[in-house]
Amino acid sequence: MTVLPANPMSPRPFRILKVVRELSDTFTLLLQPETGGAFSFRPGQFNMLYVFGAGEVPISISGEPAEDRQLVHTIRSVGPVTQALGRLKAGDVVGVRGPFGTPWPVEDAFGDDLAIIAGGVGLAPLRPAIYQALANRPRFGKLIIMYGARTPQDILFRKELEKWRSRFDVNVHVTVDHATGQWAGRVGVVTKVVAKAGFDPLHTTALVCGPEVMMRYAVEALEERGVAASKVHVSMERNMKCGVGLCGHCQWGPHFVCRDGPVFRFSDVAALFPVREL
Amino acid sequence: MAPSIGAKVVLLREDLDRLIAELRERGYVVIGPTLGEGAILYEEVTSSGDLPAGWSDVAEAAAYRLQEGADRRLFGYSLAAQGWKRHLYPPRQRLFLAERAGRGFRLSSGEADGAPMALLGVRACELAAIQIQDRVFTKEGFTEPGYAGRRRAAFIVAVECGRAAATCFCASAGTGPAVGPGYDLLLNEMIDGDAHRFLATAGSDNGAAILGGLSCRPPTAAELSSAAAQPAAAAAQQQRRISADAAGVLTRAAESPHWEAVSKRCLTCGNCTMVCPTCFCTTVEDITDLSGDIAERWRQWDSCFTIDYSYIHGGSVRQSGAARYRQWITHKLASWHRQFGSSGCVGCGRCIAWCPVGIDITAELHALEQAEQVSKGGDNGAD
Repeated sequence: MTVLPANPMSPRPFRILKVVRELSDTFTLLLQPETGGAFSFRPGQFNMLYVFGAGEVPISISGEPAEDRQLVHTIRSVGPVTQALGRLKAGDVVGVRGPFGTPWPVEDAFGDDLAIIAGGVGLAPLRPAIYQALANRPRFGKLIIMYGARTPQDILFRKELEKWRSRFDVNVHVTVDHATGQWAGRVGVVTKVVAKAGFDPLHTTALVCGPEVMMRYAVEALEERGVAASKVHVSMERNMKCGVGLCGHCQWGPHFVCRDGPVFRFSDVAALFPVREL
Repeated sequence: MAPSIGAKVVLLREDLDRLIAELRERGYVVIGPTLGEGAILYEEVTSSGDLPAGWSDVAEAAAYRLQEGADRRLFGYSLAAQGWKRHLYPPRQRLFLAERAGRGFRLSSGEADGAPMALLGVRACELAAIQIQDRVFTKEGFTEPGYAGRRRAAFIVAVECGRAAATCFCASAGTGPAVGPGYDLLLNEMIDGDAHRFLATAGSDNGAAILGGLSCRPPTAAELSSAAAQPAAAAAQQQRRISADAAGVLTRAAESPHWEAVSKRCLTCGNCTMVCPTCFCTTVEDITDLSGDIAERWRQWDSCFTIDYSYIHGGSVRQSGAARYRQWITHKLASWHRQFGSSGCVGCGRCIAWCPVGIDITAELHALEQAEQVSKGGDNGAD
């Protein structure tokens, strides 16, 4: 059980310091509390972001967990509220409720190889875990980042991926579903990368985030390699209105995704995963 | 000597007005059964004259009607159309008001709570439902402040059932018909010829203090045994029952073909969730005034039967009516145990009566159980 903020139903005003355009439909907001003070979170947690009068959406935190002066969210515009967020500029104010939910168990993976598997904008909720892993790099075996995007134009955090790839102690595999333009890299689904990546299946912890169908195949590929289901963690997405297990919307079987998730140990939810429309 | 918890006294019919007056004197808004819209409704009452004297109700699958009762009982009906949920957790509430300030906004809080409520006429199943909602709204980590405040301040006058509607199944749900602990006062209504009286039992210090103020006589042995016989009579009349293994059946039934069969009847209207005394789901609505400078957030009851309920970008998770019905009944009878330590069903039968096509939670569960037996038999045959 994670500790909730003091007044979880009231949005705190945060001022936008900077807007970074990441992709055609994806952007990053750098935020600072209006009233000063810090904002602490654990990798994998999310906030409810409120645009004045427009509404509220759950968005994972994508920034550095060791940095508590600045809150970072990476958002893809897919609905009315995320589009409203996309129209905001530096100096504007958003409301923040959170942080909510369970974290990626990065510390539990000390001693293991760490396999990070992301699809699309699913890389954003994993980035804080990558930062935390890099900050503790000597405590892991291999650190392998496997990332799939639709096209080369959809690769999120491209510069950072290149920076990580240039490190001798990180393996980065990027693949796209459809090659366009100058792409000379890998083509195909990210699960194919999992089948070949050089981690030790008996001593690997995997963190998986992406579309549900991608996670399903990624978990299958991990299991085929022999990674224990108890060492695989997935991050789920559901409709959320409250963030504190009160509104009912995010239920997935017996779980409230906002409170018992979004990060689940796969062995705890393996039976729910294949059920359609759950 | 002042009465203490467990003390029993007899209130005459006319003493009920003194009880209501005493509660009002102490600052409570008394909410009780009234006649309205062709149904029993829990609304404010100021005297016993507001109560549905002589009225009873008939409930069946997809049917609820008032009818004249056999006598002048004030609590001769089984249940109001809706439970107490709408008073303890109102259908629509403002969470905050925000005012634009520069490029940001200023928040002011929601709505102040009204006077404490005395709930008059709480049935055994309804008290159980309130206690289930207590666990929903005051769980580890987060307490819903509005509910908790109203609940803490509320005074509960339970009234025992002497009869059951055809839709009742509290006996098998384990919530009644005998009223369990948690009330401030318990009333057993008794009519014997011209004698119309109540056995009143104090369930709390507050309840005992109020009884003390009414200075009534102790009950006779005949009155005590007459009151004690009421729950058994109500239990004996119950025609429906719910399986003790409901949670197990539903946990194993996620892929049952029966959901398709239910969905051919279910209109996904959400009536069952609105009348259910434990359903707690809500959504929020963010609105602005015409100037765009004032924004409000309202929370309102929601239903897992709407298509929007499970919407995430790209579409709703539960598109089919089959998936939505499965969600509701599985949550109510199975997931609830893991979430809140009990079933979410108290056996009030409202969802059966108010379903426009008469879908019966007990019958659907039974059908799933039967289907499971059949498929088990088939598996054995294949072995």
